[in-house]
Amino acid sequence: MDEKKVSILVVDDEESVRDSLYNWFIDDGYAVDCAENAKEALLKLEARDFDIILADIKMPGMDGMEMHRRIKALNKEPIFIIMTAFASVDTAVQALKDGAYDYVTKPFDPDDLSHLIRNAASHVTLRAENKSLKDKITTLEDVDDLIGESEGMKKVLSEVESVAQSSSSVIITGESGTGKELIARAIHANSPRKYFPLISVHCGALTESLLESELFGHEKGAFTGATFNRKGRFEMADGGTIFLDEIGTISPKMQIELLRVLETRTFVRVGGNKEITSDFRVICATNRDLKGMVEKGTFREDLYYRLNVVNINIPPLRERVEDIPLLVNHFIRKYCKSMSRDLISVEPAALKHLQEFEFPGNVRELENMIERAIVIGNGKEIRLKDLPMGREVMSSSVESLDELEKKHIISMLDKYKWNISRAAKALDVDRATLYNKIKKYDLKKIN
Amino acid sequence: MISCGHFDNSLMDKIATDLRLFFGFPLDIRECSLDISSFYDPGRRQYDANHILKKVAEVSDPLALKTMGLLRVDLYIPILTYIFGQSELNGKTSIASIHRLRNELYGLDPDNRLLEERFRKVIVHEMGHAFGLIHCLNPTCIMRSSTYVEDLDQKELRFCNKCRSELDKSLENY
Ligand SMILES: Nc1ncnc2c1ncn2[C@@H]1O[C@H](COP(=O)(O)OP(=O)(O)OP(=O)(O)O)[C@@H](O)[C@H]1O
Ligand SMILES: [Mg+2]
Ligand SMILES: [Zn+2]
Ligand SMILES: [Zn+2]
Repeated sequence: MDEKKVSILVVDDEESVRDSLYNWFIDDGYAVDCAENAKEALLKLEARDFDIILADIKMPGMDGMEMHRRIKALNKEPIFIIMTAFASVDTAVQALKDGAYDYVTKPFDPDDLSHLIRNAASHVTLRAENKSLKDKITTLEDVDDLIGESEGMKKVLSEVESVAQSSSSVIITGESGTGKELIARAIHANSPRKYFPLISVHCGALTESLLESELFGHEKGAFTGATFNRKGRFEMADGGTIFLDEIGTISPKMQIELLRVLETRTFVRVGGNKEITSDFRVICATNRDLKGMVEKGTFREDLYYRLNVVNINIPPLRERVEDIPLLVNHFIRKYCKSMSRDLISVEPAALKHLQEFEFPGNVRELENMIERAIVIGNGKEIRLKDLPMGREVMSSSVESLDELEKKHIISMLDKYKWNISRAAKALDVDRATLYNKIKKYDLKKIN
Repeated sequence: MISCGHFDNSLMDKIATDLRLFFGFPLDIRECSLDISSFYDPGRRQYDANHILKKVAEVSDPLALKTMGLLRVDLYIPILTYIFGQSELNGKTSIASIHRLRNELYGLDPDNRLLEERFRKVIVHEMGHAFGLIHCLNPTCIMRSSTYVEDLDQKELRFCNKCRSELDKSLENY
């Protein structure tokens, strides 16, 4: 990073304050210097310029306000921020009138300090933060591969591309497991907002009051148990994208609140009174028929139109069977790699079965099937018998892998009458591994 | 690594593994009963992190390259309302506290897995500072500054490529 660092001068008579702020700013990558009093600060300012000055208002000798006047007399224009020990609003307001950039009341929240300095610094660099960010972040989180060559998926991908550059709201619709969250990630990762976070909220998993504090945050004491402040998702998504999953599940009250936030981009934390502004893009997902819900009156029409600027619909897997072989290979690569195994192939009969299968759980179900088949398979190829068939197995594909593994181990142990060596051999693991699994699942021999 | 207050063995193992893995040095765990009562500020009902940092430095093994103190108490520095951890850039000593990372304090259900993950992130982050890394802007990098627990949850327990290579450069000097 060859770019010139933003410089900060901390002026405070308390050593511990100087040290703390020094360390804090150094960690943030600023060039920092400290002065014990106004006189020392003015001397330092004669020798060199500082971009930002953070000064205590009350110091022995010359106070912060007076120092500010002297600095202005020197014809220097650093960003001047006043620190007050207690909320003496009058003095602070006077400072602002005199041209101070802002004031903070000691002790401050780490987050407030970060924001304050970051805002001040972006004034200094005079460049959009976005732009300098681009040079600073050379590597971003890898986006998971999006697989699909079918007409249906090609259409989805081109929609992702065209919508990514804008900031308009997007609703992603599609059955469960079709890849809605993955598409949301792809939109974010291809947008100018990618240097800021993508924040996900699973609306369906939370009660109304939890969702409220999840989205907007809360101030300490807002309700029992809220000992500390909490930052809401909208606040965290500042600069980035918020992904509201299962939007169709939110209550009428939350629908109103959401609409308000989308219109104003401001909100207050639960139990708070400070207006917080955040610059976020909204992407929603739902597997419900929102339009139908609007007609029935369970989803607000105004909110629907606000969210539904762009609609991307992901077709179910059964309508794009051409993608199945590609997805199968993709998941084989994914899981063999994560289990550090050699790549395996797929028996033609197994592939045929997969292409004929309905997949009510769509890509997720296919993915689970492949993972399971790799775990229980022979390590060379996925065979038809490694795949769940027919009705009764359909339900088993919803079981977690642990559950499946446990069942499989029990059946093998029972089969070999709990002879560990033989069961281990049949399972193709060593005895120690099998013992560990028995311990993990707390398996016991039942007579 | 010095623990003040008791931490589960399994958690200590995970932390030790993280530190070995990310920084590549052998590591020694000591449990000790540091008397930090004089650093308690009854008005704030918190402990002064700067003083604890000094105290941990005093009791640390003089031969140790870096020392990490693990705490269970609520930390502050005079100017800030709270901090999760503290270290000096390129310094020898760091501290981290699990106190503020508990879901219960935010009106949520306890979540031990999440708690451990947050603590491990704070520890690796602080150790990153001790090896000279400054804050990173990458949204998922461990060196991104986090002032709220929710921010911790957004980042991953790993360095982005840029920080990783900075760290590797720094590690060559040890
Ligand atoms: N086109 C695709 N290419 C690769 N992987 C995919 C694709 N679509 C879905 N997946 C994978 O399938 C799994 C399910 O996807 P995702 O969670 O995005 O679905 P969803 O539509 O959000 O499901 P739900 O409605 O149940 O929340 C994920 O592991 C995802 O990586
Ligand atoms: Mg989903
Ligand atoms: Zn830090
Ligand atoms: Zn980084």
